[in-house]
Amino acid sequence: MSDPQPIPSCCGTAPPAPGGSNPFVNGLWKQNPVFVQVLGMCPTLAITNSVRNALAMGLATTFVLASSNTLISMVRKLVPKQVRIATYIAIIATSVTVVDYLVKAASISVYKALGPFIPLIVANCIILERAEGFASKKPVFASLLDGLGMGLGFAFALTCLGSVREILGAGTFLGVPLFGSHFEPWVLFLLPPGGFISLALWLVTFTTFRQIKARRAARAAAAAAETVPAGQLVEVRS
Amino acid sequence: MNESLTHIFLDAFLINNFVLCVFLGMCSFLGLSSKFTTAWRMGVSVMFVITVSGVLSYGINTLLVTLHAEYLRLITFIIIIAATVQLTEMFIKKVSPSLFRELGVYLPLITTNCAVLAVPLFQTARGYNLLQSTVFAIAASGGYASALVLLSLVRERVDLSDIPNLVKGTALTLVLASVLSLAFMGFAGMGSGG
Repeated sequence: MSDPQPIPSCCGTAPPAPGGSNPFVNGLWKQNPVFVQVLGMCPTLAITNSVRNALAMGLATTFVLASSNTLISMVRKLVPKQVRIATYIAIIATSVTVVDYLVKAASISVYKALGPFIPLIVANCIILERAEGFASKKPVFASLLDGLGMGLGFAFALTCLGSVREILGAGTFLGVPLFGSHFEPWVLFLLPPGGFISLALWLVTFTTFRQIKARRAARAAAAAAETVPAGQLVEVRS
Repeated sequence: MNESLTHIFLDAFLINNFVLCVFLGMCSFLGLSSKFTTAWRMGVSVMFVITVSGVLSYGINTLLVTLHAEYLRLITFIIIIAATVQLTEMFIKKVSPSLFRELGVYLPLITTNCAVLAVPLFQTARGYNLLQSTVFAIAASGGYASALVLLSLVRERVDLSDIPNLVKGTALTLVLASVLSLAFMGFAGMGSGG
């Protein structure tokens, strides 16, 4: 807890430095916590067996991210470097306790479905990563926006995963049956292996998009590089 | 709750394996399973932290219940875990500096591992007594360590084979984890008898 080095990311891929101009859009899409940074895998896989649970979890995490980011940004100049992680964890644990009681008051059925995963938001690596990587350096309003963007990006990813699993595994969307009575639900997708495989498929989808985009950009750059010398050549000839 | 100790052990170790069936400790499971040596060292240190913090938090929870301060539960659990990780770090540094250097950054990372926090939360929710909590902590952490080691062994073999560029990395690891999880589903039948 007392080491002054930055927290290493606990997941395979190190998150790239935030380069986007707008922190809100950055979290929502470019640096999407699940599809791009591959952070916060536990709730992503455990809670997404229905769209409703996925949405509830995403919104709870958004609230925690926004409030902890704001508070941490407020106290960033008061906290000594050695005890900063302990302070962040205390702030995050407080926000999570608030959410825990809020969800319990709002809907008992959602509370029961999410179970121990609401208190476990404390151990979600996205939150500590944003606290260390963004809120501890930036002003309050930008941190709030970043927390909201990251949280909604997380909720978006959970909903994507949840809809695939609910449609295939139960044949419903938000509890509404989509197919006729002859539909045989593919129960595997509601079970743990289905969670792993559908996240793998989403990751492959997003990698394909990014590869196509990169190839297009490379081709455009190559075309630009070819035309410029040709233009110069023409000038020289004339 | 009056579950037998064997049932608690089997349930946490195989039937509801922490990683493959309940999805806890995913980050380190995906991030640290590329090499066998790292995987089993991480597994053993997590086992130690979970067992110690599980027993300690049982004591603290009893204290909180008598004081009627249950809303402090989450914060105290986190502080206990952070303290246990710090203690483990100092202990290993004192006893074996070479092992300390090898484990490096992985040690402080155990604090943000959700499997560690889940053990005290689950044992409080299920109302286990001291002996049951200890068995549960050992079994759950053993399950975590064995899943980590199994995946690392599979990944070491897959590294040598020819796979499409598109799925290399996290996606492939997830597919492997899915197959392992499918295998662990076979243990579900054992649960119905207990």
